[in-house]
Order: sequence, then structure tokens, then C-alpha cells
Amino acid sequence: MSILSLQNVSKSFGPIQVLHNVDLALEPGEVHALIGENGAGKSTIMKILGGFLDPTDGQIVLDGQPVAFASGPDAEAQGIVVIHQEFNLASDLTVAANVFLGRELGGFRLNHAAMREQTAALLKRLNTTISPDAKIGRLSVPDRQMVEIAKALSRNARVLIMDEPSAVLTHREVGTLYEQIDRLRAEGVAILYCSHRLDEVAHLADRITVLRDGRVVRQALQGELTEDGMATAMVGRELEDFYPPKGNPAPEAALSVSGLTVPGRVHDVSLQLRKGEVLGIAGLVGSGRTELAEGLVGLRSATGEIRVNGKPVRIDSLRDAVLAGLAYLTEDRKEAGLLLEKGLRVNLTLAKLEKFGTWRIDTRAEDKALARATQDFDIRAKDSNMLAGKLSGGNQQKLLLAKTMLPEPEIIIIDEPTRGIDVGTKRQIYAFIRKLASEGRSVIVISSEMTEVIGLSDRVLVMREGRLAGEVEGDAMTEDNIVRLAMGVTSDSGKAA
Amino acid sequence: MKKPDLHLLGPLVALIALVVLGALLNSAFLAPANITNVLARSAFIGIIAVGMTFVITAGGLDLSVGSMAAFLAGITIIAMNAALPEIGENWGTILIGMGVAILGGIIAGLVNGLLITQARIEPFIVTLGTMGIFRSLVTWLADGGTLSLEYGLRTLYRPVYYGGIGWITWPIIVFAIIAVLGEWTMRHSRFGRHVEAIGSNDRVARYSAIDVNRVKLLTYLLLGLLVGLATVLYVPRLGSASGSTGVLWELEAIAAVIIGGTALKGGRGRVWGTVIGVLILSLIDNILNLADLVSPYLNGAIQGVIIVLAVVLQREKRAADER
Repeated sequence: MSILSLQNVSKSFGPIQVLHNVDLALEPGEVHALIGENGAGKSTIMKILGGFLDPTDGQIVLDGQPVAFASGPDAEAQGIVVIHQEFNLASDLTVAANVFLGRELGGFRLNHAAMREQTAALLKRLNTTISPDAKIGRLSVPDRQMVEIAKALSRNARVLIMDEPSAVLTHREVGTLYEQIDRLRAEGVAILYCSHRLDEVAHLADRITVLRDGRVVRQALQGELTEDGMATAMVGRELEDFYPPKGNPAPEAALSVSGLTVPGRVHDVSLQLRKGEVLGIAGLVGSGRTELAEGLVGLRSATGEIRVNGKPVRIDSLRDAVLAGLAYLTEDRKEAGLLLEKGLRVNLTLAKLEKFGTWRIDTRAEDKALARATQDFDIRAKDSNMLAGKLSGGNQQKLLLAKTMLPEPEIIIIDEPTRGIDVGTKRQIYAFIRKLASEGRSVIVISSEMTEVIGLSDRVLVMREGRLAGEVEGDAMTEDNIVRLAMGVTSDSGKAA
Repeated sequence: MKKPDLHLLGPLVALIALVVLGALLNSAFLAPANITNVLARSAFIGIIAVGMTFVITAGGLDLSVGSMAAFLAGITIIAMNAALPEIGENWGTILIGMGVAILGGIIAGLVNGLLITQARIEPFIVTLGTMGIFRSLVTWLADGGTLSLEYGLRTLYRPVYYGGIGWITWPIIVFAIIAVLGEWTMRHSRFGRHVEAIGSNDRVARYSAIDVNRVKLLTYLLLGLLVGLATVLYVPRLGSASGSTGVLWELEAIAAVIIGGTALKGGRGRVWGTVIGVLILSLIDNILNLADLVSPYLNGAIQGVIIVLAVVLQREKRAADER
């Protein structure tokens, strides 16, 4: 019998119905993957299961009894734990304090020793070296994800709902995550796993539910659906070639960098980017990819020589970089890319306001630019006055792309072009990147998604511990080769060098 | 085509209600003399509050403006008295005084701004420090007493506060011009857009090739300049300055900004709102003085209630917007 299930659940926000008669059952000892494009209704389902929203119609059934959760904490008290995509961690508190937040051990005086000990045990189980006394604010993003997972484990969950847990993890950490999921499954925990990574769904899930426009369009057991089949079911049409065909870059270098060093992060990196080329940069999270890009465009202080079209340029600030024809699209869309509380127009023109008037900003010209960008980048907004934060992830990314392209840069560095974005939008963005290259611009793509780097790039540089570990091109661009370089493994024996 | 700004509507309704209330309670309320008086008194805080709107919108704060005004008034008076024997009892001396006030304001703003942007100290801490420093300096300059402008100069300078065009005195005119320029700058200039972007999320601003430190520094410079301007208008009113000049002006200015709908955490600036906020605060004071209903000693309490109420109402408005 299933622990927790939705029976014929519908949900409407005002006049808009976002879920239509959804049936979903979570069985003990099973990983149930929930996939679908952004806006398909995944997060609504997670919120209903986690007690954060009530269904408009239909029933939630827990242990065979219909239930209505009063709140998230109420659901949690009954063993249903949600790991959110946005971390719910207090950044000034220690790891141990966060794990036990809200249910601290001890009486009037807290039992610090016990909390620290139990936290250490949990973290050890997760194979991490995070100290229970570390402040959350000092941890890397993947480490924070591991703390979130530790926190969920400490709740003795019967049902665990995970929203894209692997999105920010490195290769090694993803391995640990899978081990933990296997262990929890063996213990009889029911897991709902949301992910955009179809390879991971194929690998992990015992059961797959595919959502499209708020309806369940497909339910399958492990092995019944290929990755291709999942993508087709999600999008509702056949996906021809997912990645655009490769281009043929010109021989001359648009950008050449020699000896770029960002103190403590990037050491002596030299690279050449050809005109019309899409150059991938792969590497583990923390290998210095983002720091390299930020050093290059003046967001971090760096030393080294940079030439654009053969001419040496001096880049001390992002402004210098923009003047030299460079643009950088950040990986952190929500915190560094867009003003979520401002409208689309303000966001679009923010990096190039001087284009819209010397003294008075010409809002009509801005509106025209927005209308054009909405069309060129296929930004789907309910109305042009809405806030950027209300757009879906994919549309936010398209808006960010439009914003980055407004100064008409010749060299574009895109960090994680498709993080947390649905399949359909991914494909649009890939096609767009290729189009930029075929127009004679040059693009550097930094990505943690192996298939993306390989599918999109003409050539791939691999970084490890702040240095260039190697370069692969043509047929040598395989996942295996890249992982070897990224991990510092040299021979086929799989031993670390 | 354009939706009216609902954030302005609340304060505006409150202002109109106060005017109606004032008119009902005392017939002298709407007399030109009283209106001139209220507006002229609003002008000092108003001019400062327009500058404060930019500082707060960019995510900053300045607690030092009241002390700064007192200090600037002090050095202005000293400079004019010192220049009197050399230049004589004429407008040259007064222009020197005005120059000292404005330049002093810009330098004071520069000090605040550089400490905040270059030394990377919290605005609250920096301006709490300079607030004490300016206050102490003016008390020291006055040797614990009062600095007074020479009688002749005072007579000559007086019309800058009391004169004007008809019953509209110069402080009112200057305040109006500053308010219009301020609103225009916030709404239509690149600087205003950058200020809002920085207050909304300074990391996004930095990643959009905006020189965040420069813009932040400029907001403090602008505020310093406006404090200097307010001082130029204030000195002829009494012709003196002391350790108790401009006490609590910083709080009144911040309160006016908040009542007007500018978010204290930054990112959303409303210069018109600030103007309305200043007028609301002055009107409460004026009505309590004219009417015998409530003791004028309770002025602060009523202003306090209004500030808290304004923020609560705005938050509910926001919550409704987000639904």
C-alpha cells in the first residue's frame, strides 16, 4: 500500500487551473521521479504533498486515510520532509544549529555537544568533510545542498520530496547523493524525485510520472521509458536533434588570453577563442571555471594578458570588458543576473542604459527594445509590465540572454546556460548560442552538464583545481575523456594521478 | 495608459484628510500666513529628505544630516563674521557664507560616502559616528553657547528666509524646485535608475557594469549638497547656531521618506512621496499647535504612530500586490 498519494487532485489559482485530476502514489522503498517542463505543475504537486498548499479538488491520502495538512511543519511532523531547491538555511548559524533548527536538543540550556555529535555522524554518513561547527555562509553551494540533505535525514523522514537535489552538486557528490538515495530506499522510505536531468532519472527511478500542462501524460516503470521517450512525453512532440549542428570556426583568434591568474582561484590559464567558435569549459564545481570568467571580464581582480582581435586590452572592470566587446552571463540568475522585483523593461536595459538617451531615459525606445527582445528571444510573459521574478526560470534565462546581448558583444561568455530550465527552452537556447557563432561572434560556454558541453561545443577545455587540465576536440570529446581530465585521472585503470 | 502609483495614493489621502481636518478645527489654518509658515518650515527637512530618498533608495542611510546642518550653520556664521571686516556688510560676505555651507556639505557627504564605499563600513555605523562628530564640533565651536551672526549681516541676509515672491517665500520656492528636480532625476535619469537597481540588488547592478561605489558615493554627495543648501536657507531665519540646532532632523527626514512609500531596504524611491511625507509631519505639528484638542507635547507620539501605520499599510498593500 502506498504511504502517501494524491487522488484525482486538481488545483486552481484564481481562474487558472494548474493541475488537472492528478493521481500520484508514493510507495515505500521506491524512488518515484516526477518530470515535466517548467510550469508543468511539478512544484505545485510538491507543495501540496509537503503541506504548503491545499488542493482545490481531490484528496491527499496518508496511510490509507484522507488527510489535510495544516502547514508544512504539520506535514513534516507526520514524516513528510521536503528538500527545497532554494535552501532554507540560516547563513549565520553553524551547520549543527541549522540541522537542529526548530527542534534543538536540551532544555533551557542547549545541549551543544549532542547536536554537534549527531550532526557529525549524519555528515559522515554523507561522506562529506563539512565540519558541524562551520558557518553556513562560508560553505560552498554543493556543501549547503549536502547540509540540506543531512537536515532531512535527521528528520527521520518516511516520505522525502527532493526538488532538483543534484543541480548544484559536483560529480563526486552526486555519487554520494545516489548512494544515500539507495540507502534510504532500502530502509523503506518513499522518495519523490524531481529533476531535469533525464539520465539521472533513468538511472535512479523505479517509477516515472511525466507531467505536461498540469496533467499526468505518462506513468512508467523503470526501463519502460528511454531518455528520448521521456523528453518526447514531456514536450508532447518528437525532439529531433537536440543539439544544433556544429559550426566551422574561422582560424583567427577573437580572444586570446595568456597567463590569466586570479589570486587563489585560477593559476596561469592561457586560451584562444576563435572567431565563430563555441568553446566549452568543463570541470568540477569549484575548479575555477566561474572565477576564470569573472577574472576575464573584470569582475575579479586578475593578472595576465588579454588580446581581443589581436589587440591587447586592459580590463579592470566590467565596463572595460563591455567596451572591449565582451559580455558575461552569470550562472546566478536570481542573485546576480536579474532584478527580480523590477519589471522586464528595467532589467533588459540595465547594462546598456546610455543607449536610451544621454540625460532622459527614453522609455518608449526601451519599450520598443523590449518588444523586439520578447520576439527575438521568445520570452513568454503574461504582460510586459510583470516583474522579472514572476517569469518562469526558462523565460528569466531568455530575458537575461536578451539583456546580455543588448550591448551587442562580439565575445560572449555564458556560465551555465541552462541551469534549472526545461527541455524545450534548453533547445531554444542551444540553437541561439549556435546562431551567435554562425553570425561570426565567439562564445564560451561554461557548464557542469557533460552532455551539454559535448553537444554544444566545437572544442572543450577542462579545468581542474584552477588550472587548465587539458583540451579535447572532435571525436575525443567524450564524457569519459572529460571526466578523466576533470578528476585528474590519467590511465584507464581509474586510479587518481 | 499609465497606472497611477498606488503607493502614493495612501500618503496623499492622508495629507488631504489632514488639510480638511485642519480647516475644520481652526479657520486660521487656511490663512496664507499659516500656509506660508508651514511650508517654509517644511522646506529645511524637505530639501534634506529629497536627498535622503536617494541615499535610502540605493540601500544606504544617513543619520548625520541633523548634526551636519548644525555644523555647517556654525562654520557659515564663523566664516561670514570673519569675512565682515575684510569685505564689509554686503552680499559678497553672504555669498562667501553660502559657498562655505554648500562646499562644506559636499565635503561632509564625501567623508560619509568614502567611509562607506571605500572603507566598506556599514552606513549606519559611519553616519552614527559622524553624527556625533559634527554635533560635538558645533558645540565646541560655539564653546557650549550660541554662534551669532553680526547684527548688520543678519538684517541683510534675513530676506532669504522671510522674503520671496508674494507670500511664497524663497525656502518654499527652493524646496519646490529641488522636489521637481529630484523626482525627475529618480524617474527619468540614468543615475536614478542605477540608484534603484543598486538598492534592489547591488550584485545584479555590479554584474550589469554599473559602477556601484561611484553611484553610492554620489548619493551621499548629493545629500551633503542638499544639507548645505538647507543650511543656506536656515541661517537667516534665526541668524544663529548652537549645539541644539537641527536636533532630530535626521529622524524627521528618514520618517518623511518612509511615510512617502520609499522602501527602507532600498530599491524603490518615491520623491513625490517624500514631499507628501514632509508635509504630513509638518501639518500634524501645525494642527496640534492651532487646535486645543491634544497637547502639542504629544506631537512626537502622533508622528510615531503615523510612521508605524504608514509602514504597516504599505506592507499590506505589497502583500495584496503579490497575490
